[in-house]
Amino acid sequence: MPEKDRPVIETAGSPGGPAAPELPAAVPSPNGDVIPSSTGSKSAAGTAPKTLLETPHPYRGRLICVEGIDGSGKSTQLLLLERWLRSRGYPVHFTEWNSSRLVRRSMQRGKKKNLLTPTTFSLLHAVDFADRLTYQILPPLKAGMIVLADRYVYTAFARDVARGVHPEWVRAVYSPALRPDLTLYFRVPIDVSLERLLAGRAKLKYHEAGMDVGLSTDPVESFRMFQSRVLEIYDQLTLEFGMCPIDATAEIPNQQRVVRTMVQEILRDYDRNRGSGKNGVTSHSR
Amino acid sequence: MASHPTRAKTWYGHGLPYLPKKRLPGHLIAIEGTDGVGRSAQIELLRPWLELEGYAVSNTGWTRSPLLSETINEAKAGHRLTVTTFSLLYAADFADRLEHEILPALQAGFIVIADRYMYTAFARNSVMGADPQWTREVFGMALVPDLVLYLDIDVESLIPRVIMGKGMDYWESGMHLALGIDLFDSFERYQGRLIDEYRRLSGEFGFVSVDARLPIEELQSELRKHIAEYLSGANDKSRPDSADNRASTRKE
Repeated sequence: MPEKDRPVIETAGSPGGPAAPELPAAVPSPNGDVIPSSTGSKSAAGTAPKTLLETPHPYRGRLICVEGIDGSGKSTQLLLLERWLRSRGYPVHFTEWNSSRLVRRSMQRGKKKNLLTPTTFSLLHAVDFADRLTYQILPPLKAGMIVLADRYVYTAFARDVARGVHPEWVRAVYSPALRPDLTLYFRVPIDVSLERLLAGRAKLKYHEAGMDVGLSTDPVESFRMFQSRVLEIYDQLTLEFGMCPIDATAEIPNQQRVVRTMVQEILRDYDRNRGSGKNGVTSHSR
Repeated sequence: MASHPTRAKTWYGHGLPYLPKKRLPGHLIAIEGTDGVGRSAQIELLRPWLELEGYAVSNTGWTRSPLLSETINEAKAGHRLTVTTFSLLYAADFADRLEHEILPALQAGFIVIADRYMYTAFARNSVMGADPQWTREVFGMALVPDLVLYLDIDVESLIPRVIMGKGMDYWESGMHLALGIDLFDSFERYQGRLIDEYRRLSGEFGFVSVDARLPIEELQSELRKHIAEYLSGANDKSRPDSADNRASTRKE
């Protein structure tokens, strides 16, 4: 619809008219419930063909991601997986959330001076992700390597929505992302993650504790409230995107056994010896 | 030229759902137009005029956010950017200025003059080959301006101005797209495409188009005429405080 002809929808009181698509409030309620965006009446996105995130990627490599709140132990498990894959001779490439140098300065500046809003926080991470997608994820995938990603777009879908951005908006921002072959979600109760974090270092990080959201002035309490929201959204995302939940309270070697079994499954028809095909695309669809 | 209808403020897409709803009694005026068309000179002349008229004015400009301007300049100096990262950096810069400059000024009742707005991203991205739908969704957090003044020019008239001004620049000539055999050639094609796209957007979004080939003073009085017309309409309608200017959300 041309901009000038669009109806003006009043915020409150006005009937709005039947033509106005209803927009649910995306603001998380105090108990952490995030009302998901309208699933039935998606306007532009809903009628569009499936997004990249919903479609298996065509490349010879494999993309394996780990997700979970801070202190879930996901990085430890990914490290153990990497060791195992390398020992078996697989070509592995590791990439980590928020590690691109493109936005490092803005990120540091924004965090230090507390300049970040939920939207700029989200967009800076999106720049980081898009940069790594270009340089760290796509080339190794096309070359037939196994890409291990510590956190993926689901981190943004959970954390940024917990901060209050619209769930549909953040999905649109990250729509250039590819669908992973496997996403392991390390599920852990808040108390366990808190215990692990506080045992490891004395203080919780400002953003990790969601202090910017202003839920509580006490870092531990804030962490508890903010990460509870994040956990709840992760649980919804598990269903939406088919992440594989793993009990992150289990013993480390037991978790790793589960991880390796799942990875073996997606490597079943992986051929590490095949030469680089044209543009790295497999001839048969998986 | 038709009068400019006043309307309640609206978000382009989902807006900023976490912000408390506040009245935005100010006015958001965006000045659009391609590189070298004379936007900043015109904006400089608008401010004192509006202040004489009794309006408080706040300026904001593309890539001028404290959070990102350095990063963007640094990134443009290197060879790392893709259309996607470029767009997202612009969006982050825009969001930073929206929340820290534009919205607070509008709440305080200022006239905000924006040197370029989201339409610049729409035009550039479309020329650079990004998915236009994606760009628009990313800018769904934007507030729709009350008035968009588009400084329209053709490439032939633009070229001598740019050459006599600061000269042809690598990015503004679209050299990253490798469109031509030399700078001039590339500039001509890239700016030609940009202008075509701006003109298309002008129709789509109802820009008020002014002929930027006019001499500076004449162009300035054209702009003032349109702004005065808009302001008198806005004042008629919203002075009694009956019209609630809180931004409402809507979706394409």
